[in-house]
Amino acid sequence: MADRTAAISGVGEASLRTIPGKSALQFAAEAALAALDDAGLSKDDIDGLVTAYSVGDPYNFFATVLAEYLGIKPRFLAQINVGGSVGNLLVSHASAAVADGRASRVLCVWADNRRSAMGGNATVSRVADLAAHPSYELPYGPLVPSLYALVANRYLHEYKAGPEALADVAVAARAHAAKHPNAIKQKPITRDDVFASPMVSSPLHALDCCLISDYGAAAIVTAADRAADHAQEPVWVLGTGEGTTHEFISQAPSLTSFGARASGQTAFAQAGLTPADIDVAYLYDCFTITVLVLLEELGFCGPGEAAAMVGEGVISPGGRLPVNTHGGLLSYSNGGFLHVIEAVRQLRGQAGARQVGAAETALVHLQGGVLSTHSTLILGRQR
Amino acid sequence: MTSPEPVPLRTLDAQPYWDGCLRGELMVQRCTGCGAYQFYPRVRCVTCAGPVEFVAVSGKGTVHSLTVCHRPLTPRFGDGPYVVALVDLDEGPRLMTNIVGCPPESVYIGMKVTVAFQRLTEDVSMPVFGPVPS
Repeated sequence: MADRTAAISGVGEASLRTIPGKSALQFAAEAALAALDDAGLSKDDIDGLVTAYSVGDPYNFFATVLAEYLGIKPRFLAQINVGGSVGNLLVSHASAAVADGRASRVLCVWADNRRSAMGGNATVSRVADLAAHPSYELPYGPLVPSLYALVANRYLHEYKAGPEALADVAVAARAHAAKHPNAIKQKPITRDDVFASPMVSSPLHALDCCLISDYGAAAIVTAADRAADHAQEPVWVLGTGEGTTHEFISQAPSLTSFGARASGQTAFAQAGLTPADIDVAYLYDCFTITVLVLLEELGFCGPGEAAAMVGEGVISPGGRLPVNTHGGLLSYSNGGFLHVIEAVRQLRGQAGARQVGAAETALVHLQGGVLSTHSTLILGRQR
Repeated sequence: MTSPEPVPLRTLDAQPYWDGCLRGELMVQRCTGCGAYQFYPRVRCVTCAGPVEFVAVSGKGTVHSLTVCHRPLTPRFGDGPYVVALVDLDEGPRLMTNIVGCPPESVYIGMKVTVAFQRLTEDVSMPVFGPVPS
């Protein structure tokens, strides 16, 4: 019987440079072609396509348009739009399609040209329109940073932590990015640099907020029986999970515990692993607070313990659990799927100066909305 | 940089709420089955899916979290700063609001607040909160 276990057999990303007039489709195509090259495949080997969505080029049917743009005729086609958690869902849906035989080689793509298409300020406004309830939240004037700041202030209050805990996350991200030649921000920063950056929405300063940038990232998910002839060692999908408790932050049952907990538990159970088994982690870092919350929710430490963990350098380069070794959304680039790309490179031993020893396992956790939708992906070198 | 002022949509499921705001009354739904209060208005109870009715509530609540926003996107907040907060009503439901009538830096988690109404347009007024008068 054919071995339908899912593996990631190719990854690619588009140039991170902002070029006016460059469409999301072009970013998507660049990333897709890079992933095909990486896997040693041609576009005609692809029989499935799953995409996210673009804010800058808001095609209602982005997946179909991209298939047409690339000249791919997939027999499995899907588009997922649940905010920033979508990156892992591309892989989990592709894995399911591979497992049940709907496709054998699925191209997964997430690209956006929000910076080129709209610029920083308009992007901030447009994303706030999407993240806040149009009748019961948006008229009160929250920026997206404000929505996360509500979580951050409650976190600091409940756990009696100072803003240093948030700043330390930004400092760690930049220390990782300093080792990546393509990171948008590479100059190391200190806690004082974070505190000296303009206050956006207290307690979040500008350096607590992710970059607003264009991006394109792609991965190819392949059935095990097809992966053997690919150019790269397969990286195995060991576990996936999801969790959702709300869409709008005023409706969240708690400001310190979210759908991340259930998502992580599902993924760990499927993988047969525990947090202690993870060598390197990729946590969605649109704002510094999310890293603190996710470390706790995923069981890497107990409630309220993330501030001390980050302060001790655990997530920094050389730490026990390096987090976001490319620099993440805070310093590398926007685009949550880039977390998956970097995890694959780490597990292949291709991360250059930022390689984490012989990493065997990686966890990627992405979230969308305002800690609303969650997805966890556990990847390994061994099945 | 400013965007157009967002004006709430008066959707059909929430007419008694918006009408109450225009009268200066905070109307929140209560389930006629399980008794749970909820905000924002829906067609049914989110706890038990039972039928709901609108009732006037005290307008008193407690700040659950807040942020002082320094970069207004729309003209209503001038140059800022202004407070965006989550307030827990005494009856239970949590809602997003602005805290007004006091310096932004004086607002704190756990602060007791009471409702006031701000007129946005001829048809729309919204609840905001301020310190309880001493």
